[in-house]
Amino acid sequence: MTAVITGIGVVAPNGLGVEDYWAATLAGMSGLGPLTRFDATGYPTKVVGEVPGFTATDHLTSRMAIQTDRWTQMALYASDSALLDAGLDAAGREDFDEYEMAVVTASSSAGNEFGQRELGRLWSTGPEHVTAYQSIAWFYAATTGQISIRNGMRGPCGVLASEQAGGLDALAHARRVLGSGARLVVTGGTEAPLSPYAVVCLQSTGALSPSADPAAAYLPFDDRAGGYVPGEGGAMMVLEDDASAKARGVRGYGIVAGCASTFDPRPGSGKPPNLGRAAELAMADAGVEAGDVDVVFADATGIPALDEREAEAIVALFGHRAVPVTAPKTMTGRLIAGGAALDVVTAVLAIRDGVIPPATNIRPAERYGLDLVVGRARPAEVRTALVLARGEGGFNSAAVLTKVPR
Amino acid sequence: MNRGRRVVITGIGVVAPGDPGTKAFWELLVAGRTATRPISSFDASRFRSRIAAECDFAPEQEGLSPQEIRRMDRATQFAIVCAREAIADSGIEWGAERSERVGVTIGSAVGATIGLETEYNVVSDGGGRWVVDHSYGVPQLYGYLVPSTFAAEVAWLCGAEGPVTTVSTGCTSGLDAIGYAADLIARGDADVMVAGATDAPISPISAASFDAIKATSTNNDDPEHASRPFDRDRNGFVLGEGAAVFVLEEHEHARARNANRYAEVSAYAHRSNAFHMTGLRPDGREMAEAITRCLDQAEINAGDIGYVNAHGSGTRQNDRHETAAFKRSLGAHAYDVPVSSIKSMVGHSLGAIGAIELAACALALTHQVVPPTANLHTPDPECDLDYVPITARDVRLDTVLSVGSGFGGFQSAVLLASPERAA
Repeated sequence: MTAVITGIGVVAPNGLGVEDYWAATLAGMSGLGPLTRFDATGYPTKVVGEVPGFTATDHLTSRMAIQTDRWTQMALYASDSALLDAGLDAAGREDFDEYEMAVVTASSSAGNEFGQRELGRLWSTGPEHVTAYQSIAWFYAATTGQISIRNGMRGPCGVLASEQAGGLDALAHARRVLGSGARLVVTGGTEAPLSPYAVVCLQSTGALSPSADPAAAYLPFDDRAGGYVPGEGGAMMVLEDDASAKARGVRGYGIVAGCASTFDPRPGSGKPPNLGRAAELAMADAGVEAGDVDVVFADATGIPALDEREAEAIVALFGHRAVPVTAPKTMTGRLIAGGAALDVVTAVLAIRDGVIPPATNIRPAERYGLDLVVGRARPAEVRTALVLARGEGGFNSAAVLTKVPR
Repeated sequence: MNRGRRVVITGIGVVAPGDPGTKAFWELLVAGRTATRPISSFDASRFRSRIAAECDFAPEQEGLSPQEIRRMDRATQFAIVCAREAIADSGIEWGAERSERVGVTIGSAVGATIGLETEYNVVSDGGGRWVVDHSYGVPQLYGYLVPSTFAAEVAWLCGAEGPVTTVSTGCTSGLDAIGYAADLIARGDADVMVAGATDAPISPISAASFDAIKATSTNNDDPEHASRPFDRDRNGFVLGEGAAVFVLEEHEHARARNANRYAEVSAYAHRSNAFHMTGLRPDGREMAEAITRCLDQAEINAGDIGYVNAHGSGTRQNDRHETAAFKRSLGAHAYDVPVSSIKSMVGHSLGAIGAIELAACALALTHQVVPPTANLHTPDPECDLDYVPITARDVRLDTVLSVGSGFGGFQSAVLLASPERAA
C-alpha cells in the first residue's frame, strides 16, 4: 500500500487557503505580529501568529459556529478545502464505502477559548450558566468527531496528542489506517491557542520569546534566538491509497513514504536524545538514503539548546552543510498540533513546484553547520523531503515525503 | 488491528473508585458493591447531579513523592500509580529491555481538567476576569493544558524511548489507546508497550457540562443505587474517575522471560457513527460493525464469546443502542452470552473506563467469573439480554468482548482471549 496526499487545505497566519499561504511563504512574507485577539497589555508575550480574517461564519453555518471552538472551525474549513481539492466533496465520494473513510487529527490545547468562556461563566455566575455545547466543543476529540459527522466518514477515526510532534503521529497513524483497509483518511491538525488562559499556559513553559519585534521574535539557528512565537492555524490533508487515487485519475501531491517516532531518554539520564533516530527510522521505512533527501523541514524551536540538538542530529545524518534545511514556520509561529501538519503540506508544495521556501529573518549561526535556506526561496528539484517535529516532554517524530512517480 | 505478531497482557494496574489497586477493584466487582456516593471533592450543592464514583486515593500512601504530587494533576497521579503497579505485576526488568523497543500509549478524554480548572480559578481571580493574570500561573500549567503530559510522565517512569503518545478519543480513549499500542507491537514497531487510560473528571466544570445536557443521574438521594444500566428506572450515568494501565508484550517476548500472561489482545476495531456528537442511532450499526470486524480479525465465531463487557452507561439511549448492536453482531448468541456493565459499580470515568473495563475483562478470564450489573432490578423491556443482574457468576470463559461508545460518535471493541489460546 502506498499512501498519497491528494488534497490539502491550509489556515495559516500568512495565508488563508493553500495558494495564498504558498505565495506568501515563497515570498518570505511573515504572518507574525502583535497579539490582538484580546487586550494583552502586561503579558510578557507580545508577538504571535494570528490568522487575520478567519471568521467561522464565512465557512460554517451559525449553528455549527456556536457549537464549536475556533480550533475545530479552522479544521472544518481546512478539511472542506482539502476534500474539494482532492475532488472528493460529497459528490466525489459517492462510490466510497462509509467505513472506508476515516479521520485522524492531532490535538493539543483543544477548545481552550470555548472552555475558558465556560469556566468564566461557571465560576462567576454558577453551573446553570454553562452551555450545553461545552461537553462537545472543548474536548480533544471534538475536531475529529465533527469532521467525521460532516462528511459521513464512519471508518476508524483517531486523535493523537504528542504536542508539536502530534501532526506527524497523526499522519503516521492515518497511513496505518489506510494500510489496514481504508481508502481515504482526512488527517492533519489545527490549533487556536491564543485565548488569554491558553497564552498564560504557554508562557509557563518559559520558552516563548519576549520580543516585541515581529522580525526578531522567532529566530531559530540564529545567535540571537531567544524562544519561539506561538501561532494559530494548521493544515488538513486527504490521504488516499495510491491505487484508489489512480483509479480516480488523481496523481496527488506526494507520497507519505516513511514515518517514525521516538521518545527522548528521561531527563538527567545522560543518554543522547532521539530525534536523529526518528529520522533514521523514517528514512529506513521509506527506503531512502541520506543522499536522497533534498530538503529538511526543521523543528526549529528557537530555543538555543534545542536548536543545537537538532542541528547535531541533522549534521550527523547528512554531514556538514550537506542538505538544504528550512523553517517556514518562522513566518507562522509554532502551531502546536497544527505545525507539523502545515510543514507536511509545505513540503509537498515544495515537491510540486521544485522550490524550497525560506526561513525568514534569520542570520544562521555558523556553529550549527547547517545550509539554511534563508531570505528567499531556492529553486531545486525536490524529490524527497524530510519533516522533523518535536513535542514538549521528549516526543520526536519524522516523516519522509516523496514525489509521485510519473 | 494489524494481524501480525501476537500481543499479550502481562501486567495490570488499576486505580478505580473505592480503594486503589487491582485487588480491591476486583473484590468490589465480584461482591457487586457500588462505589457511587455524594460528591465529596467539591461543593456540589448547586448542581443537578451531585453524585459520583470517587477514588479513595491518597497520593502519599500510593508512593508518589512530594515533587510528583506537586507536579502532577490528579489524572496523572492515577496513571503513574497504575503504571507502577502494572510494571511490578509484570515482573519486567527495564535493565534487560532495549528502551527503544519500549513505548507508551495513554488514553484520556478530558486531560488534566482538575488542574486546569483549579488554576483557572486562581489566574482569573474567581472566574471574574477574561484577561487572566499571568503572574499567578504555576510552572506546570502548560503540562495541564496538553494531554501529551500523561504519556511523557509514564515514559519517564519506564524509560521508554520507542513510540510514545496520548490517545484522546473521548469516552473510547481507553480501548483506543490499548488497541493502538497492541497494533504497534503487532506491526513490529515495539516489543513492549505500557498502555492504558486515565481521567479525573469529577470537577465543577465537568459536572456542569454534563448537567447542561442532562446526561448524568439525578438519583441524588440514593447514590449507592444511582447507576442503573439496563434498568427501567435509570436516568443517566454517574460520573466516575480512575485509571488502568497494562504492560502489553509481544507474545514470544513474554514467553522468553516466562512472564505470567493474563490474556491475549486478539482483536481491536473501531468505527464512527458520523451521526451526532452525543446522539446514537437506535440500530447500533457502527458498534455492531466494530464487533464484527473483531470477530473477523480473531477468526472466531460469535458463539465463541463467553462474556460481553458492555459500555452500559445507564442512559436510555446507550442501553438500547448497544443492546441492538449486540443482537446485530452476535445474532442469536446475544441472548445466550452474559453481558454486564461495571459502570453500575464504578461509574463512568470517561476515557479511563475503557481501560478499567478491559482490566475487569482480563481478571474475568483469570478468575473465570463474570462481574454483575449492580442495581438491575427491573429490566427495561427493550433491553432483553442476560445482563447478569446483581450477583457475579462463575462462567467458563475463553474469549471476552469489551465495547465502548462515546461523544463524537466513536464506537470501539476489543477482544481478549485466555492465555492458553496464546500458548
